[in-house]
Amino acid sequence: MTAATMSARGTPVTPGRSPLLRALARPELGSVIGAIAIAAFFTTQTDQFATWAGVANVLDVTAALGIMAVAVALLMIGGEFDLSAGVLTASTGLVTALLVDRLGVNIWEGIAWSLLFALAVGFLNGILVTRTRVPSFIVTLGTFFALQGLNVGVTKQLTETVQVGGVDEAQGYGVAQAVFASTWTVGEGEFRVAILWWIVVAVVATLLLVRTKFGNWIFASGGAPVSARSVGVPVGRTKILLFMATAAAAWLVGTISVVRLTSVQANVGLGEEFNYIIAAVIGGCLLTGGVGSAIGASIGALIYGMTQQGIVFAQWDNDWFPLFLGGMLLAAVLINTVVVRRRAEDSPG
Amino acid sequence: MRPDLHPMDDIHAALDDAGDQLPESDVAPHTPLLEVRGLGKRYGGVVALQGISATVNSGEVTCVLGDNGAGKSTLIKILSGVVSYDQGQYFVAGKRVKFSSPRQALDRGIATVFQDLAVVPLMSIWRNFFLGSEPTRGVWPFRRLDIEHAQDVTVAELARFGLDVQDPHQPVGTLSGGERQCVAIARAVYFGARVLILDEPTASLGVKQAGMVIRHVVQARERGLGVIFITHNPRHAYPVGDRFIMLNHGAMVANVTREDIDLNDLTQLMSGGADLDELAHEVQDHPG
Ligand SMILES: Nc1ncnc2c1ncn2[C@@H]1O[C@H](COP(=O)(O)OP(=O)(O)O)[C@@H](O)[C@H]1O
Ligand SMILES: [Mg+2]
Repeated sequence: MTAATMSARGTPVTPGRSPLLRALARPELGSVIGAIAIAAFFTTQTDQFATWAGVANVLDVTAALGIMAVAVALLMIGGEFDLSAGVLTASTGLVTALLVDRLGVNIWEGIAWSLLFALAVGFLNGILVTRTRVPSFIVTLGTFFALQGLNVGVTKQLTETVQVGGVDEAQGYGVAQAVFASTWTVGEGEFRVAILWWIVVAVVATLLLVRTKFGNWIFASGGAPVSARSVGVPVGRTKILLFMATAAAAWLVGTISVVRLTSVQANVGLGEEFNYIIAAVIGGCLLTGGVGSAIGASIGALIYGMTQQGIVFAQWDNDWFPLFLGGMLLAAVLINTVVVRRRAEDSPG
Repeated sequence: MRPDLHPMDDIHAALDDAGDQLPESDVAPHTPLLEVRGLGKRYGGVVALQGISATVNSGEVTCVLGDNGAGKSTLIKILSGVVSYDQGQYFVAGKRVKFSSPRQALDRGIATVFQDLAVVPLMSIWRNFFLGSEPTRGVWPFRRLDIEHAQDVTVAELARFGLDVQDPHQPVGTLSGGERQCVAIARAVYFGARVLILDEPTASLGVKQAGMVIRHVVQARERGLGVIFITHNPRHAYPVGDRFIMLNHGAMVANVTREDIDLNDLTQLMSGGADLDELAHEVQDHPG
């Protein structure tokens, strides 16, 4: 197996060129260099960054973002956006918490209903986008507002507050805690099990993209949907499944959070959807679809997490973070565009 | 065709059994691959096509010529299942058909290469070659692409069309227009097409590239396919055509074989001979 076939993209660059030149033309490369530079910077500037505790801290922030960035990257490669994914992490947590707290069901039952709910939302997003051909940006903006309203409205109606708690009193909480919220210790660092979930999601997504028929269809559905359809690729079905996968990722993140905190605020997750897209783009996803990787999105999430925590460790004013993020995003978009243009350039003659 | 089958194996097996015969032996020897009788299509009040009668035989190239708006695209859209006809009859291998999707036509062995819609530029050559019909191995959930097989087949099949691909990982977008057409044609042939429809494959190409595509048309014919070659350039049509169908304002104004006509006549017919003569006179009358 060559490095090229294992890569998350599967469409390496120019023929007959050295592996080095090929690697140089991959959009992840920028993000890998960026990640190394940022890690080196905060290692020299702060005492905490390069410690077990520091690493555990960074990865804690990164894991949830990473899970979502990977799912959103797949969706973006397939040519669509999902603005409802952030709010859905709250909705799924609320479904579980309300079922457990109000109806007293076993926590696993609550988690299962929550997954069904998420898949239904994903399906709805997908079917609306593929049937109406309204851009997913608009459709999922609608879902975003609808879910936001539901989150707060239903929670207030049922609990007269904007918070649902008592999850840890549910039947089956012990096992759920082990699966979704346990930690293990290395040195002084306490590492969250969510990190393992993130790795699993990234590996599965990479294999799916590069090694399966469905992965081929994802690239084709985003890269050239009309051509894909004319050779028999079920473009609509592919996109619907991608929306459902994104919703399932939101369910996983929502579940990890509700089990860990044992309660959920009705207004969390707001604004997170942009962080997912930013991480995916920093990792090499093209906004126009057809290009990107799960590994890249994971590195994008890591850059986000390292910077956010690095700024905390360095005791700088947190207000600088968005400035950095914006600069990073613009740089990434420029690099991606140039790399892809060079990759797709018609050979002369 | 089930995507997990390797159509090569089927076709080769069938060829071995039947010598030089085509795999589908239930068709009477002289039944055309494809036949239309009095075919017509309207868009609202506009008659896009009417009274088209023609046949396409195995190992023959049928050229469809005509000016812009003549109805060429409408004809091939009907043949390839993109739109339906509302007059006349359409037979495939002797059986009457009315397709409602390109997939149905594909399943009957009618493959169409639409100009510029043939490939996904950013995907690799081998991924494009097998797109929609990917070979897999293993059982679910470990079913995965048979990448090695797919790459070997891609390189071998393109080589049969004279395209030497060093690296099947190369994005299709890095190939020239003619080479992309070649990939699309080779892919249609590999997946068992019996009729190959090419919509203006040479329209945006230079002389050399167009020559290359025309060579592929000949190769497809030699492999026993019936080829329908749409063009508005008689110079591209004449060297390969066995039969020429001329459309004008939706009607068929000529349906001639190669023996009946030479390139000059074809060019004349194509450009509406009288108009061109007039033009020549005008130019002579008003030099400069
Ligand atoms: N979808 C359509 N709706 C209405 N009229 C159409 C449509 N497609 C083609 N036509 C008309 O049918 C006629 C034939 O068009 P077409 O088959 O595209 O010609 P060609 O491919 O030879 O240039 C033209 O007059 C065109 O305006
Ligand atoms: Mg046309």
